[in-house]
Amino acid sequence: MIARAVAVQRPSLFQRMAQENSTVRRLDGLMLVAVAGLCVIGTLLVWSSTRTWAPGSTGLVKKHLLNEALGLVVCGLVAMVDHRVMRAYAPLVFLLSLVGLGLVLTPLGATINGSHSWILLGGGFAVQPSEFSKVGLLLIIAMLLAQPSEGTDRPRGIDMALVLLAAGITIGLVMLQPDLGTGMVLAVIAASGLIIAGVRKRWIVLLALLSGAGVFAVIYFQMLEPYQVARFTAFVDPSVDPRGVGYNSTQSLIAIGSGQLLGKGLLGGGQTTGRFVPEQHTDFIFTVVGEEFGFLGSVTVVILLGIVLMRGLKIARECEDRFGTLVAGMIVCWFAFQTFVNVGMTIGIMPITGLPLPFVSYGGTATFANLIAVGLLQAIKVRRRTFT
Amino acid sequence: MTRMRARLLMLHVLVLALLAVLAVRLWQVQVVRGQEFVTRATETRTRTVIVPAVRGQILDSSGRPLVRNKTALVVSVDRTQLSRMPDGGLAVLKKLSAVLGRPVKDLQQRIRPCGPGVGKPCWTGSPYQPVPLDEKVDTREALQILERQEEFPGVTAEIHSVRQYPGGRAGAQMLGYLQPVTEAELEKREGLKAAFSGVDLVGRDGLEYVYDQALRGKAGLRRVQVDRMGKPLGVEAQTTPVPGDHLVTSIDARVQAVVEKAVNKAMKNAPGADGGAGVVLDARTGRVVALASSPGYDPEIWAGGISARGYQWLMSEKSGKPLVSRAINGQFAPGSTFKVTSVTSMLRAGYPLKGTYTCPGSYTVGGRAFNNFRGIGLGTLTLHTALVKSCDTIFYRSSYEQYLKDGGRTPKKKPKEIFANVARQFGFGKPTGIDLPGESAGRIPDRAWKKNLWNQTSATNCERSRKGYPEVKDRARAEFLKRLALENCEEGFLLRPGDAANFSIGQGDVLVTPLQLARAYMALVSDGKVRSPRIGWAQVRPDGKVVKTIPVPVVGKLPLTEKERLYIKNALSQVAADGTAAGAFSGWPMDKIRVGGKTGTAEVWGKRDTSWFASFAPTKNPQYVVVAMISQGGMGGSTAAPAVREIYEGIYGIKQRAAVPGGRLTTKLPKFAPDGTVIRR
Repeated sequence: MIARAVAVQRPSLFQRMAQENSTVRRLDGLMLVAVAGLCVIGTLLVWSSTRTWAPGSTGLVKKHLLNEALGLVVCGLVAMVDHRVMRAYAPLVFLLSLVGLGLVLTPLGATINGSHSWILLGGGFAVQPSEFSKVGLLLIIAMLLAQPSEGTDRPRGIDMALVLLAAGITIGLVMLQPDLGTGMVLAVIAASGLIIAGVRKRWIVLLALLSGAGVFAVIYFQMLEPYQVARFTAFVDPSVDPRGVGYNSTQSLIAIGSGQLLGKGLLGGGQTTGRFVPEQHTDFIFTVVGEEFGFLGSVTVVILLGIVLMRGLKIARECEDRFGTLVAGMIVCWFAFQTFVNVGMTIGIMPITGLPLPFVSYGGTATFANLIAVGLLQAIKVRRRTFT
Repeated sequence: MTRMRARLLMLHVLVLALLAVLAVRLWQVQVVRGQEFVTRATETRTRTVIVPAVRGQILDSSGRPLVRNKTALVVSVDRTQLSRMPDGGLAVLKKLSAVLGRPVKDLQQRIRPCGPGVGKPCWTGSPYQPVPLDEKVDTREALQILERQEEFPGVTAEIHSVRQYPGGRAGAQMLGYLQPVTEAELEKREGLKAAFSGVDLVGRDGLEYVYDQALRGKAGLRRVQVDRMGKPLGVEAQTTPVPGDHLVTSIDARVQAVVEKAVNKAMKNAPGADGGAGVVLDARTGRVVALASSPGYDPEIWAGGISARGYQWLMSEKSGKPLVSRAINGQFAPGSTFKVTSVTSMLRAGYPLKGTYTCPGSYTVGGRAFNNFRGIGLGTLTLHTALVKSCDTIFYRSSYEQYLKDGGRTPKKKPKEIFANVARQFGFGKPTGIDLPGESAGRIPDRAWKKNLWNQTSATNCERSRKGYPEVKDRARAEFLKRLALENCEEGFLLRPGDAANFSIGQGDVLVTPLQLARAYMALVSDGKVRSPRIGWAQVRPDGKVVKTIPVPVVGKLPLTEKERLYIKNALSQVAADGTAAGAFSGWPMDKIRVGGKTGTAEVWGKRDTSWFASFAPTKNPQYVVVAMISQGGMGGSTAAPAVREIYEGIYGIKQRAAVPGGRLTTKLPKFAPDGTVIRR
């Protein structure tokens, strides 16, 4: 009886969550619903696209669900941390991510699908440090740019230089794997950080010109792998080699287009069942969306991703400190870039690049990294009012 | 912070714009162009495979199969899959050649697509259809391939049905053969190019060709869903094939075998013989009981695609061109067998039936002496004896007299040409219309024909008449040829007296096919009606329902009264007993089965004589008309007549088991059980 009286007097966990300024009440629910929706869709599509690997199997669904569950836990943990604490730990996180990237280049690294970007953990699990390096890089950039130069709201020159250095090292390590897609995401993160932080337009233009020259040099001195060049050639003209590199873009267009308005239904996609599009559970998972769920499903996925992006931007705008705004803004740019490039390549408006679709594609590390980013956004949202 | 907010706003706009771009493009790809991609998806995701219908059998008059189907393990090769291999599939073909025991080169030739400059052997079918390589693999070989699929990518062994010929070589030309249908044919046939696969077979000759539509049934289509490696995942849609109808023919397989044997034996016994034919008609219906041509060949040579050597051999002089049916394509001067038309012509020209005619050893026509056989005069004869003893001079004379009546060398405006016209009424000079393809017409050389020929040849002849034949070594012969050319140049358009004389005894330019002769005799000994013979008797559905009975059309009437016809028939009835064929029929039980007929020995310039015997039995109410022809076989009485005797011996069972017990042909179609098997009587 006594125990019961005590229990009645103390507000329950749910009651505390329901209080006006509880952490839970201040989470961005809409974004979480969208992310959850994307995860559910992703799980269904991973099932649909990998169940044909062996008769009667469920493919990678169980592993994917495990990844997502772990990712949600990590997301929750990150959301609970005050983002200003993160700011203090940013250099550490960044260094850890560099160590991870470095380890890949040692004999510990492993090559999967032609990309030397993995560290095997045993038991069928492997991590891709380049995914975590996105988080690491954006945290260090935000930290460096959070402190504006005296009397202005523009970043200091020394910080900009450090940002470029950090980005250069990270991108360099990633390109050694080589992983052009992730390298591009990292570049976008760095660029967006500088832009949001208020770097002068002339600097932006100069940097743009410099990177343009860099890209030209890379191509001119043939520093790219031949397949990477071929992908761009094939993007410009898919008929160059319809059986080779043009095959992916042609087949993914066919799969998506044949979904028409309503799609062929889950597990009903003939192109998916026949596995005509390679990597259809990872980089090309959007072809399964297109074929099985049709235009309505595709647009739903785009809208769900759009909600994540819009809510992220809202968090960035409403955040009162530069660090939070920068972190949120860079995450949005990261997701936006990856979404546009990934969906764009499957519908023939972007060249084929090895980038997964956030929250939908199969892949443990990417799922973790994405959900950590969501956790960061939530953490920023939850604590923004503390200062107002 | 304001600056950051402003830049975030820009970002906001940018992100919205990118999302809008995605949405618009998705609309374009999925909704606007969706149907296009649905089509392309179906193309990449499915393979349409033709499920061939089981082809109907060709049966004889009592339901014995002349052509049937057997299932066979067929090894096929998928060219598309081979061509994707780095070495073009050479390694696979090498392994396959070891299993099949056939040279690699042979296999390579068989799977290459036919085209300009690529002759047989080659693949006429669709490039996407597996090419059948061997239809005679045994189970062990097939298992070797099926069990080690990883070593034989692109190679399959499947059960197909192939044609089988229980009679072996018997009637090969008449039955015809199958070959893969070409794309153009399929389009013409069904108007759908898409259904073209190349495994579909089409009748290329003989009955298989004529009754192709009934026999082949309707192929089914199966749309198979495949994965990107081409591995079948399941059937998306299927239309079941409709099996073809059986063709019941009036052929009697046992009589056919007897005829084949008799003709071959006659060829063997006549040194230099280069071709032979045997025709047996049912005198009461006009249906064909047997149709044989020698040399023959084994039609199984076509199964599974013919080899280059096999095809060349079939086409070569050395093999005697066994694809050509001498029965319907062999055109030869008929010799004395033709005299039945000449007698009829005499009657129509007004010579009395009961008159007597002198048969001198020689008769002069247009200044040239035309002799009886061996120049022997036979005294005064009735028309009856003239036929039995085969007098020539009586016919020379009457034909020449008619020729003169028509104006001779200066023809009247509308010459009567009684001899030529009567011959036409016997059905000569045009195809009989039998249900076989490519039948020859024969030739009736009348005045118009002469003129036509002259129009075509006069230029060469006239030139030769001036320049001579310097390339001919023998001077006497060159001189003769030059004179001939001059004669042909100057008056080649004229029917000369000699032409008229030769025509009356079936010599010179007149040509007939064995089948034409048989049906003329049939008209003569049955009811005076000229029919278009038929081999096909009925089309029967696999479940036994008779779809269609094929009638034997009457296409003409002999210009004879009943009395005249019986008179001639009566004369012919004596030939085998005591006429020119008496030797060949010595010892034949004439009292039981009386055989009538007429021998023919036709001279061929530069070659040995063509040997003919046209016959019928029994003479009272005939059941059979049998014609045998041996090209370069010598005298009719000594080569063709013995062959015909052997045929009758086989039919009636003299010295052996009767092919037709009681000698009476069946008048009823075979009965089928509901499962399609024939109920034996």
